Amino acid sequence: MTGTTGAPAERREGREKVGGTARYAAEFPLPGRVQAWPVPAAVARGRVTGIDTAAALAVPGVLDVLTHENAPRLAEPDDATLAVLQDPRVPHRGWFVALVVAETLEAARAGAAAVRVGYEAGKHDVVLTPSHPGLYVPEEASAGQPGVREQGDPDGAFENSAVRVDVAYRVPPLHNHPMEPHASTARWEDGRLLVHTSSQGAHTVRAVLAGLFGLPEERIVVTAEHVGGGFGSKGTPRPDVVLAAMAARHTGRPVTVAFPRRYLPAVVGHRAPTLHRLRLGADADGRLSCLTHEVTTHTSRVKEFVEHAAVPARIMYAAPHRRTLHRVAALDVPSPSWMRAPGEAPGMYALESAVDELAGELGMDPIELRVRNEPDVEPDSGRPFSSRHLAECLREGARRFGWDRRDPRPRSRRDGPLLLGTGVAAATYPVLVGPSTAEARALSDGTFAVRTDATDIGTGARTVLAQVAADALEVPLERVRIEVGSTELPSAPLAGGSSGTASWGWAVHEACARLTHRLAGHTGPLPLQGIDAHADTTGTADAESAYARHAFGAHFAEVAVDTASGEVRVARLLGVYAAGRILNARTARSQFVGGMTMGLGMALTEGSTMDAAFGDFVESDLASYHVPVHADVAEIEAHWLDEDDSRLNPMGSKGIGEIGIVGTAAAIGNAVHHATGVRFRELPLTPDRVLAGLPARGTS
Amino acid sequence: MKEFAYVRAGSVEEATTAYASHPGARYLAGGTNLVDLMKLGVETPAALVDVTRLPLDAVEELPDGGLRIGATVRNSDLAAHPLVRDRYPALSQAVLAGASGQLRNAATTGGNLLQRTRCPYFQDLSKPCNKREPGSGCGARDGVHRDHAVLGHSAHCIATHPSDMAVALAALDGRVELSGPDGARSVAAADFHRLPGDRPERDTEIRPGELITGVVLPAATAGLPSAYRKARDRASYAFALASVAVVLRLRDGVTDRVAIAFGALAHRPWRARRAEEALTGAAPTAAAFEHAVDLELSAARPLRDNGYKVPLARNLAVDVLSRLTDTALGRRAS
Amino acid sequence: MGNDQHRSETTLRVNGKPHTLTVDHRRVLLDLLREDLDLTGAKKGCDHGQCGACTVLVDGRRVNSCLLFAVALDGCEVTTVEGLTGDAEEPHPLQRAFLERDAFQCGYCTPGQICSAAGMLAEAAAGHPSHVTDPATPPGTPVTLDRMEIRERLSGNLCRCGAYPRIAEAVEDVIE
Repeated sequence: MTGTTGAPAERREGREKVGGTARYAAEFPLPGRVQAWPVPAAVARGRVTGIDTAAALAVPGVLDVLTHENAPRLAEPDDATLAVLQDPRVPHRGWFVALVVAETLEAARAGAAAVRVGYEAGKHDVVLTPSHPGLYVPEEASAGQPGVREQGDPDGAFENSAVRVDVAYRVPPLHNHPMEPHASTARWEDGRLLVHTSSQGAHTVRAVLAGLFGLPEERIVVTAEHVGGGFGSKGTPRPDVVLAAMAARHTGRPVTVAFPRRYLPAVVGHRAPTLHRLRLGADADGRLSCLTHEVTTHTSRVKEFVEHAAVPARIMYAAPHRRTLHRVAALDVPSPSWMRAPGEAPGMYALESAVDELAGELGMDPIELRVRNEPDVEPDSGRPFSSRHLAECLREGARRFGWDRRDPRPRSRRDGPLLLGTGVAAATYPVLVGPSTAEARALSDGTFAVRTDATDIGTGARTVLAQVAADALEVPLERVRIEVGSTELPSAPLAGGSSGTASWGWAVHEACARLTHRLAGHTGPLPLQGIDAHADTTGTADAESAYARHAFGAHFAEVAVDTASGEVRVARLLGVYAAGRILNARTARSQFVGGMTMGLGMALTEGSTMDAAFGDFVESDLASYHVPVHADVAEIEAHWLDEDDSRLNPMGSKGIGEIGIVGTAAAIGNAVHHATGVRFRELPLTPDRVLAGLPARGTS
Repeated sequence: MKEFAYVRAGSVEEATTAYASHPGARYLAGGTNLVDLMKLGVETPAALVDVTRLPLDAVEELPDGGLRIGATVRNSDLAAHPLVRDRYPALSQAVLAGASGQLRNAATTGGNLLQRTRCPYFQDLSKPCNKREPGSGCGARDGVHRDHAVLGHSAHCIATHPSDMAVALAALDGRVELSGPDGARSVAAADFHRLPGDRPERDTEIRPGELITGVVLPAATAGLPSAYRKARDRASYAFALASVAVVLRLRDGVTDRVAIAFGALAHRPWRARRAEEALTGAAPTAAAFEHAVDLELSAARPLRDNGYKVPLARNLAVDVLSRLTDTALGRRAS
Repeated sequence: MGNDQHRSETTLRVNGKPHTLTVDHRRVLLDLLREDLDLTGAKKGCDHGQCGACTVLVDGRRVNSCLLFAVALDGCEVTTVEGLTGDAEEPHPLQRAFLERDAFQCGYCTPGQICSAAGMLAEAAAGHPSHVTDPATPPGTPVTLDRMEIRERLSGNLCRCGAYPRIAEAVEDVIE
């Protein structure tokens, strides 16, 4: 490797983004393009008995109304949430029952408001409780993780432990809410389907559309050049792209479907609520003998998605007796799906809070407790770690944060009405990688064109892949051109699971290394079309590893809790990561800090409420679902350790897009406990909860 | 959103006339809430009478030492106005505690007063709401109501009024000036918003066709120490969970003049008359403040999930009263 | 479509150029920019004034273009992210600073952040206070923008990628 990777190269598409010329999926004004507006179901369970579209069709500018009665038929999808307008069934409130297509946005909206839908409503069940009769243990949780794992005798070991913690936590439903709402623009031309979509993976979208519409993949082009964030909610296609393609076929016009923000919580997936019960048993020296983590969550009636929140407990700490288990109930709720660090984010909130509670019970420093329970091998699988530098992250973070100056006693620091505290939590995220293809071409003008259908959802993928290419080609970065975000490019997996850079980069590296080799054997000027090389990492990138591969990190937080208002503010957040080789210091820092910011939201401001009477999420817009604003985010520092791990990929990198959110909420929650002496076990830590937990301010 | 006619008015008379001649009309000012509600289908005006260019965009000093704030003065200009900042600090602070820079640049004084509740059931046409659709029921009472009223609510409605500005106006004894088919009149800001009772669809005392032309701040509260405090779910750009505006003057070691108004507790800014009465003439001690505020809040009837608002409002009020006292007595604020 | 009662001729200057259009009264400035003028720099994040992605300058003041009916803006001067620099080729100092600080990721909130920052700098220079300005600051004097001021004043612009600290740094660079 030359020095290009690791350098803080500026974002390649930066000029377009700051100049406002980067185009997103709804921003392609094709000739004759029309707009579509969906109509959400107003009951939580039941079926549509009739749709009166007369008033909608009478709205000037409305072209047509698609319903289950007239919409194009689709082949049955693997993902049932994409079977839109196919039958009268309403599996949850907010499910789309019609789509109005009109010449303008205004007409489409007015048309949607004029559609009259009759329902036969059934009695719905939307409230998750720890004892819900519908709960079952799934074979698999999400990400293919086993639903349950057990070693030793956890119950017996717990009973016999000298020091025990038996606690329950709750993480509410959370919404991804990328800044760009889900949107697609579709058109049909000569039997070909051409789509601009806001997605984390164009090839994935194409494969799904091919199945739904019964088309060969080569007759579909999907582009996702600029994507306004996804955080998991655009990982696989959502109904927008299906509706756009259906409406375009039905009307013969190019159609844009851009979902109104308040419809997103019902149709693009959410992080399901998780109820956690943890039991930790340790000896007096803090050595864990027992660790159980049981997670209860919900899924929808149409799709089983089980937030795999008990999985981190299979990785984090040595304990001979262990149980990690998921229970799920299918309710009449919107389908949950991926949200940044699915499983790890809520799971590590609960686990790392419980570890903090155990440290308190033991009277032990929480960093020392964690270091004492560092495993030699991955506890659940027994595999050796390819690299694990959690202890180093904790130590380095402690040094940078000034942990040694901390008075461990809760409620020991005060500044007027503010209680101050600090907290720590560990972070982990698996190393995922998938097969990808890429192409590199040397051109006669001395530049290199590198092509792969990676998606840059804001991660800096273009920039980092160009760096990987420049290194493999042994040329300056300026001579590398990179194209991503289209199915016209060599196929590549989606941007998800923090696997993008590893997967695409591996293929880019290989293609470029091959090209370098070919060029070395070439004499004379290049042919007009240049010389190219291809790579396909199938069979290598997805080969089973003998190692447990994970990134680790440590989060530190300092908070101030206002005893008058119950408001919690984060004064400082610091993260230290061991995530392999960092390929671009600038974009990596932004990824880490961005994850921590979302973790701050998870801890303090974000939460969604399922309305038992109506069966939808009450906080459906950005005024009521509180993502953090500028004023919530003070100092955030991200650091990393140099980690040299040859068992990963040619770049030596681990994924960095998600680990920032993992553990941040626990670090903040632990800091709030340190500040107040009160353990809050339900997120988010909003003033209503905090004030109710603090001792009442008595009459003086 | 249904199609609508649009009329730009050049004078108050033109505006009220245009309103009268267009059935189903609404006045349009900054639009920050009206346009929002039209997009949701909650408001469906047949015509908009644009009043943003009326000559009501000035803050003027009145001969008696009071201040008149024109109805179309933008919230940001109101908050920045030197006379407002100098003489009615709670008002400037309240305005700045609300919304965002962009919204304050568009929102007007009159529009701020007429904004509707942010109750999620009111905003969702697929759910019952007596305010939006009288007789349809209240979805919030047995639903999700953490943000709702603890004072003065009725069986029909538990919504709160979302304005920060109105809370300060209520405490500062402001008056709302109106002009309509029957001429001009004014209403005390503290009485301008109504309690829901059995007519929750009526937010305010405004009569059909009446236009807010301005708000008058009296000379009597000019220059008095005042402050506004708000608690919310995030550090900025969020509606209040509870808020309080306080005006406090001490003389000879006792509370000589005090006004307290709460926000986000009721269908209107809640002027705490009982607390004020208890405090007037009393020594400004923490105990006296707590006692008085508790007396006021003893009228609270919290719902299943919003009981926290009572101690929250109490703490905020006691803290602001104590802070103003400390400042007045030259003590370091604690 | 619709009748004449529901449409009006409106003239706006956008980035220095006059545009006269017959607009549906329902058309908001954001949709006019994006759909009629193909200026897609202003983004639709929420359509309800809850995210700031649509922020543009109208007569020099930052506003949420999703909440302004275009018909009501007849005669106004609108500046979008595409027009911040006038005819200059070089990026605006704020755009340059955003690039240098990596003050964005997905880029969707970025035009709004930049327009908002431009409007905010003018407000502070004109002496407009914010929620965190010390009430004792004399009115009418420019407000010094420390980190807290910048954060508070930009809080009407959400960023889900979490670029906030970098944005504050970028704005600070421009102030210096």
